[in-house]
Amino acid sequence: MEQLLTMPEAIKFIAVALLIGFGAIGTAIGFGNMGGKFLEACARQPELAPSLQVKMFILAGLIDAVAMIGVGIAMVLLFVL
Amino acid sequence: MAEEVTLSGHIQHHLTNAKMCTTDSGLAFNKACSDSGFWTWHIDTLAWSIGLGILFLWIFRRAANKATTGVPDKFQCFIEMVIDFVGDNVSKTFQGKSALIAPLALTIFVWVFLMNLMDLIPVDFLPALAGFVGETAFGMDSHDVYMKIVPTTDINLTAALAVGVFLLMIAYSIRIKGVGGFIKELTLHPFSTNNKLAMVFLIPCNLLLETIALVAKPFSLALRLFGNLYAGELIFILIGAVGLMQLPLHFVWAVFHILVIVLQAFVFMMLTIVYLSMASSDNH
Repeated sequence: MEQLLTMPEAIKFIAVALLIGFGAIGTAIGFGNMGGKFLEACARQPELAPSLQVKMFILAGLIDAVAMIGVGIAMVLLFVL
Repeated sequence: MAEEVTLSGHIQHHLTNAKMCTTDSGLAFNKACSDSGFWTWHIDTLAWSIGLGILFLWIFRRAANKATTGVPDKFQCFIEMVIDFVGDNVSKTFQGKSALIAPLALTIFVWVFLMNLMDLIPVDFLPALAGFVGETAFGMDSHDVYMKIVPTTDINLTAALAVGVFLLMIAYSIRIKGVGGFIKELTLHPFSTNNKLAMVFLIPCNLLLETIALVAKPFSLALRLFGNLYAGELIFILIGAVGLMQLPLHFVWAVFHILVIVLQAFVFMMLTIVYLSMASSDNH
């Protein structure tokens, strides 16, 4: 039977899928938790909303970090290697 | 004419930096550089990042020279907003005393933001222009002209920024705590007892944990910025390859990307301030 994909290519695609997929799961759970708590805190103390929002963006950058590192590595794997 | 244009060839062409290296026959570029090893320069990254740095300096210097204490015009107002923003963040976050931190934070924020901003220019536009210039002025095949206009999509540039911050962290640590204090901080935290025999076993543990924490900081700084920007640029390239549906998709992704570029510059700046604040604080 003729092969559409060689084995290394197939494993590469699976690796890319795992990298991006797991990163997405972690990021989504993290953002959901953090966003929920932020909304609760804003509802309890609306005067803190601006300062909490700044902190939330900082946390957003940090939570995103490892997932984006995974996406970056996955893209490099897919298109450059 | 050159080889046929395939989709993955087009994508690869847009993902390759312009390289320069020295080989046996003098200066060589791009494909002739494939095995020149470490000393290959990405001249497009260097040119765009230095050019944008000069633009940042020129804009802010003009604002400083034209600044008036009367009613400010819009340009001065905007520059003041940026400087106030950075200054507020520094004064709230940096717990030590240093005259370097605020200018450093301003430089990092504006420079990284300008470099990220290049990602919003249509991805084919400037490289096609460069290819056209290459064809008419130098007689090169436009497929051999490589140019990436977003310097922060090059891991070398983000790693250089992170290494700079890392060296500053170590310099601030040593300046405030002394070399002995710095080594004590690496070896006596977080496990510490008065029992000398137990310390012999705990010091390697501490060293391992603290070194990992110390090295993870520049690593994560570099890779976070690189990953975000590289993935963003790649999605722009991929959206550009789908034909007419690209217009709404481009718009949606570009609007999201506006948030990402500001956020990543802001996070880089805040983390730099936080790391330097931790490095120059004496309590642990």
